[in-house]
Amino acid sequence: MFDQPESFVTADGRTIGGVMMEMKNITLRFGGVVAIKDISFDIREGEIRAIIGPNGAGKSSMLNVISGFYNPQDGEVWYKGERRPSMKPFEVARQGIARTFQNIALFEGMSVLDNVMTGRLNHMNAGIVSQAFWYGKAQREETENREVVERVIDFLEIQHIRKTPVSRLPYGLKKRVELARALAADPKLLLLDEPMAGMNVEEKEDMSRFILDVNDEFGTTIALIEHDMSVVMDISDRVVVMDYGKKIGDGTPHDVRNNQAVIDAYLGVSHD
Amino acid sequence: MTATDSADLVSIPALLARNVREFGDKAAYREKEFGIWQSWTWSEAVEQIEALALGLLSLGANRGDHIAIAGRNRPYLYWSMLAAQSIGAVPVPIYQDAVGDEIAYVLDHCNARFIVAGDQEQVDKILDIRADLKNLEHIIYLDARGLRKYDHSILSQFHKLQDLGRAAKATLGPELVARQAGQNYDDICVMLYTSGTTGRPKGVVLSNRNVIETSKNSSQFDNLGPNEEVLAYLPMAWVGDYTFSMGQALWTGFCVNCPESPETMMTDLREIGPTYYFAPPRVFENQLTNVMIRMEDAGRLKQWMFHKSMAHAKTVGPALLSGLPVSFMDRVKYWLGDKFIYGPLKNTLGLSRVRVGYTAGEAIGPELFDFYRSLGINLKQLYGQTEATVYVTIQPDGEVRADTVGVPAPGVEVRIGDNGEIYYRSPGVFVEYYNNPESTASTKDKEGWVATGDAGFFEEGSGHLRIIDRAKDVGKMADGRLFAPKYVENKLKFFPNILEAVVFGNDREFCTAFINIDLNAVGNWAERNNIAYGGYQELSQHPEVLDMIQAHIEETNLSIADDSMLSGCQVNRFLVLHKELDADDGEMTRTRKVRRRIVEEKFSDLITGLYDGSERVATTTEVTYEDGRKGSISATLELRDAAIVAVQRMAAE
Repeated sequence: MFDQPESFVTADGRTIGGVMMEMKNITLRFGGVVAIKDISFDIREGEIRAIIGPNGAGKSSMLNVISGFYNPQDGEVWYKGERRPSMKPFEVARQGIARTFQNIALFEGMSVLDNVMTGRLNHMNAGIVSQAFWYGKAQREETENREVVERVIDFLEIQHIRKTPVSRLPYGLKKRVELARALAADPKLLLLDEPMAGMNVEEKEDMSRFILDVNDEFGTTIALIEHDMSVVMDISDRVVVMDYGKKIGDGTPHDVRNNQAVIDAYLGVSHD
Repeated sequence: MTATDSADLVSIPALLARNVREFGDKAAYREKEFGIWQSWTWSEAVEQIEALALGLLSLGANRGDHIAIAGRNRPYLYWSMLAAQSIGAVPVPIYQDAVGDEIAYVLDHCNARFIVAGDQEQVDKILDIRADLKNLEHIIYLDARGLRKYDHSILSQFHKLQDLGRAAKATLGPELVARQAGQNYDDICVMLYTSGTTGRPKGVVLSNRNVIETSKNSSQFDNLGPNEEVLAYLPMAWVGDYTFSMGQALWTGFCVNCPESPETMMTDLREIGPTYYFAPPRVFENQLTNVMIRMEDAGRLKQWMFHKSMAHAKTVGPALLSGLPVSFMDRVKYWLGDKFIYGPLKNTLGLSRVRVGYTAGEAIGPELFDFYRSLGINLKQLYGQTEATVYVTIQPDGEVRADTVGVPAPGVEVRIGDNGEIYYRSPGVFVEYYNNPESTASTKDKEGWVATGDAGFFEEGSGHLRIIDRAKDVGKMADGRLFAPKYVENKLKFFPNILEAVVFGNDREFCTAFINIDLNAVGNWAERNNIAYGGYQELSQHPEVLDMIQAHIEETNLSIADDSMLSGCQVNRFLVLHKELDADDGEMTRTRKVRRRIVEEKFSDLITGLYDGSERVATTTEVTYEDGRKGSISATLELRDAAIVAVQRMAAE
């Protein structure tokens, strides 16, 4: 099904559209170290796309290329049918791409509500005077944005910590707040960097549920990195497998699970 | 209210119409959603109710159909009950946290044709057991999240059904009017399933008369008016919530406020500031535990002020509240305390405006009770049952005590049987157990007297009722001494560190106990004492925790020994359980009462260990997770001896 260019409907009733983002022959080097070596893959509208691989495989680097934080030395990034020039991360954000971070990057001293509100920054353009006096456009904008934020808070079930400073929250909830902030930006493409790292089984299940619900409810395309295979296989439509900066597999979870190169990368291979 | 007026109020639709007439523009329901309190006046609420009622008619709902309601407290679900009543159907609220089997039993037993479910979680549970429910025709759900992809042949969204109803108003309107008008005082109003401490739940059928008479009497007793505010947060399937949030709210026209989510309840309580408040002892206990935990972290000056003021409040607060004479200096000191400590504390607890507060369901610890009373909160006790539409006895203002449950409520007659069992007769006495004539006959006699199953006596002088225990739990020990487990358990549970206790000893030589620690309180204590632990199980078996619990038990034994009749109930041996007793595992009812027999069966190996003198027992227990999956946990438990006071032997000498 993923071979055909047109959109189609999956068995569970979701619509997968055409190609939204395409990575063509990406190579990323840090000095002499090759982090990503000639990787190509695409992300289609409405799908949940996972990038997996052992530690140091280059997954986070790949995500940073997509989010515009790194500019690859070779290769092209195509977004919505156009070649994307090298961009600053805030420019990428304006194109409708939001992300979360592997090691949580929230404003610790601010409340959950304020943190999530920052996700709306690209949707506020009242002038500095209007903002300072909280009058006219600024006031109207804040009300509108607050409504969007409240819906996200309701969706992710974090009402009870709305006014709590982030520094007082446990790890699992911080991860959820980060997701909330990314969602508040109303993204077309959501990038999640190890959303389940360091969570216990129950928290992982909750997070999986939220990711599926976001995809289902808002039709958001999601690209996520994870190294817990079992979770990824359950929720994603297609999986890219990386090892030592190279792509060693790409396909549905079923294909990938049966791919010998993937099995070797995860279980190790004897060298005799 | 004029006499002619109240004579017409014989059904729920009649009450709704009266409220629109008299309080049309006054807030009837509020719910916090998206961070803001949304509110509906009585007129707006009735429009919503009628739209849903028409929608139900368009689905073909008949008079007398059972319509089940499952979800957390939300105005929409209260309206669902009212919509069902508007078309002459009978609402059956069910416990939202019940697992598949329990829901299957209830839905099958009442032959529900329609179900209103709060969200995906509830819908999933029902769809899982759908094959067993032959009569189920349609599920109406409220929160659409996650349900988009479901097969909608038997599913409808709440608001869409309302829109259907509004569109069909021209054709179905006359039918709705006829259904609303054709209801009398003895028609069935609601069916509530008992939580069932023993065996399967029973469907208690209550008539309009039961609900309306009881609401009228109890509202008059406490002078409840249309301006009261209540917070609806207790399970909708429980008779208390039905009486407070539906019966009394409809009768007096007061406003029902629903919290944003169960976790935000305390914040919402503070924002609403209810004037009429109900909570089981465990909620008051949690609040007090939280206050105490936070006080321990406060600065020295604040701690000193708090303890000094609370000590003064304890001596004069209850007397002031009961209107007893108090010296001028004490009044001044109390006034100062109120300005600096009690007032702000009540505000933090969300109880500043409480005019009448009730606690029931379980015995409340005297210290806990006095703590709230000494702050100036008019907390009272009542004793009731589903079968009585709540009220059996109640404490009038000025006659409030921790150890009694008050005098018979207005309109209620109470007598004590030969074996000490309490019987009552009232306008609130239930019609029958649904489809269960044997149980109805064994509970309610021809003259309308109902057996409570509790043993108690009227105190001489005051005429207040005192409850000893469940009549069938009161037993004899092997040597013939009286065994009243609940009496001991309640004493143990008054320690903040002990969440739950189960005492054994019927037909035995001596008494033993299972203890559940309170993770909040003990966890906080562990943190302050630098005791590391990985989880509930590890903490529960920590030697220092065992020492602490042992000290609590020995202190309890000392106080039990004072009572010559019950001195045999001292706990000789005990253990701390490795898991919390849980309703999902069947060990407790949904209202959190221990199911003694099931606990006895399930942990029989541990009980054997307690009586054969072993010091350690290895055990494996099956647990059920919230989604219905099963797993097991194993642990090795330490069994300990506790010192007892040898009263009996001295008496024998």
